Amino acid sequence: MINWLNQVISVSLFNLRTIPERMGSSLTAAVGIAGVVAVLVGVLSIAEGFREAMTVSGPDDVAIVLRSGADSEMTSGLSREEVRLILDAPGVARTDEGPLASAELFVMVNLPTRSTGTDANVPFRGVGQSAFGVRGDIDIVEGRNFEPGRNEVIVGVGAAGTYAGMDVGNTVRFGQTDWKVVGIFSGGSGSAESEVWTDSAVLQPAFNRSDSFQSVYAKLASPSSFTEFKDALTTNPQLKVKTLPHGEYLFEQSSLLTQFIQSIGYFIAALMALGALFGALNTMYNAVSSRTREIATLRALGFGSGPIVLSILFESLVLAVVGGAVGAAAAYFAFDGFKAATINWQTFSQIAFSFAVTPRLLQTAIVWAAVIGLLGGFFPAIRAARLPIAEGLRES
Amino acid sequence: MSESNGVLVRVENVEKNFQRGSEKVHVLSGLNLEVPDGTFLALMGPSGSGKSTLLNLIGGLDRPTTGSVEVGGDRIDKLSGRQLAAWRARHIGFIFQFYNLLPVLTAERNVELPLLLTHLSKSERRKHVETALDVVGLSHRTRHYPRQLSGGEQQRVGIARAIVTDPTLLLCDEPTGDLDRKSGDDILELLQALNRDHGKTIVMVTHDPHASARASHTVYLDKGQLSLEPPE
Ligand SMILES: Nc1ncnc2c1ncn2[C@@H]1O[C@H](COP(=O)(O)OP(=O)(O)O)[C@@H](O)[C@H]1O
Ligand SMILES: [Mg+2]
Repeated sequence: MINWLNQVISVSLFNLRTIPERMGSSLTAAVGIAGVVAVLVGVLSIAEGFREAMTVSGPDDVAIVLRSGADSEMTSGLSREEVRLILDAPGVARTDEGPLASAELFVMVNLPTRSTGTDANVPFRGVGQSAFGVRGDIDIVEGRNFEPGRNEVIVGVGAAGTYAGMDVGNTVRFGQTDWKVVGIFSGGSGSAESEVWTDSAVLQPAFNRSDSFQSVYAKLASPSSFTEFKDALTTNPQLKVKTLPHGEYLFEQSSLLTQFIQSIGYFIAALMALGALFGALNTMYNAVSSRTREIATLRALGFGSGPIVLSILFESLVLAVVGGAVGAAAAYFAFDGFKAATINWQTFSQIAFSFAVTPRLLQTAIVWAAVIGLLGGFFPAIRAARLPIAEGLRES
Repeated sequence: MSESNGVLVRVENVEKNFQRGSEKVHVLSGLNLEVPDGTFLALMGPSGSGKSTLLNLIGGLDRPTTGSVEVGGDRIDKLSGRQLAAWRARHIGFIFQFYNLLPVLTAERNVELPLLLTHLSKSERRKHVETALDVVGLSHRTRHYPRQLSGGEQQRVGIARAIVTDPTLLLCDEPTGDLDRKSGDDILELLQALNRDHGKTIVMVTHDPHASARASHTVYLDKGQLSLEPPE
């Protein structure tokens, strides 16, 4: 056993020492694998960053109410009468001015991006007076809040940075109406910072939504009031709604898109991996055939074919993991924290987020590299072991 | 190695065919050979007559199509691939026409290779390597890489590698085929010394009469059969 291990180690060491003689093809293989890993990490870091952006600080004492059967605000609809019943339900936090709950609706408006000038869909949300009390974490970072009843909007910091003309003091035209930008806000969790807000009572007539809403955001008396609130709504025969904790809703909203981005990432990476695999195979076939006589000589001296196979796999693995590590490092420095915006497939709106290259991602990347390396070394190694020694010795 | 009646190598009724595409190539046909212990045998014959093929059968690098190959009492044609590898490591020293040294290893590391298959400790291995390099007269070149050595010196390293495990049988395939006359003569002298002073049995393939003249016996291979007379 020791003897066998000795063989594996010493043959592996000879192999590694011959890499400089085959620098060109070894580099090609390593670079190919580095590319695969960089792309894989890059694309998956989008999904990770997106998930982080969507689930960060989902408040646990806020519930969202949608029409039952709707899987997002986009496809939901609530009448004024339904909204009144929801606001009156037990479990909702109350102040002197009434329940801390905001009935909301939104429409999609087009805005040109600052960077390319191409139009993107931006959610334009009408909120109730209590929207700020419900969310609790909203700061006006520039200008002031909109005044109820007037054609004024405030813009999330993400949207303000992404779209042209979203500056305090500017006037923009949404629908048939001119709106004045009076403030920039941050916070609000989920995709709020990528939205434009106004008074729901102003938005409804401007977009012919008369009396309808899409969602109610309700602050709960306490996190434990959720069940009471939910049960009251589900048992009310006049209501056909579903109730979710806000955090859970955000997670659901993000997971579809996250999965989508992930599958694109895996798809692209798989295609590239196929290319890199052929690169690795080619390198290792070269490595083996350029050493046919050396390998035959070692076997003639009594080295086993097992150690020779393992040593070739090992060489391929080393090349792949080095390439993979370089690719992962490149992706980390290029992408981690990189600010971007993407389309939320649920609402077709844009969401600002940062790429996140997490340790888990780097681990995935290295595993991919290792698999490519092992597959790339496997067939050449088998060929080397199968070739009759006498034939290998005839090779010049 | 247990010898039967002083005969180290016994090849009986060996036939060896190769399949080349759809064509069958008959290389050895009913060949018999006995090599007594302590012999320095030269194996001659025209190119393509099957000299290397016969040497490979004796060295356990290949198996006969039919017939038996016995070395030191072991029926090596019956051994599995794994058993053969271990058998070669213990009993055979190979010397090649083109030396077949690993270019990435120094002379001493090349010589050490077969010892990696034994249970010798590092210091024991070093001692064996030193002795082998001393026997071939290369004690001053131990740290050189093959490309820094002349052909003759490389072949000496090859011979040191072949003898370092102290095998009973040395198999040489045209050991002087790539060398000039002077270096070739030195190598032949070394082989003679190994045979005479160290008791090594040697089978040497060559087509050079100068080389075969150094051997104690010469046999000729032609048309798949051995004879004691050169083919006309
Ligand atoms: N692995 C093989 N496959 C097919 N033919 C072979 C193989 N090895 C040797 N031969 C053929 O067998 C014959 C003898 O080869 P070889 O033993 O190398 O001759 P020599 O060493 O006497 O020059 C040649 O015709 C050669 O082409
Ligand atoms: Mg030959």
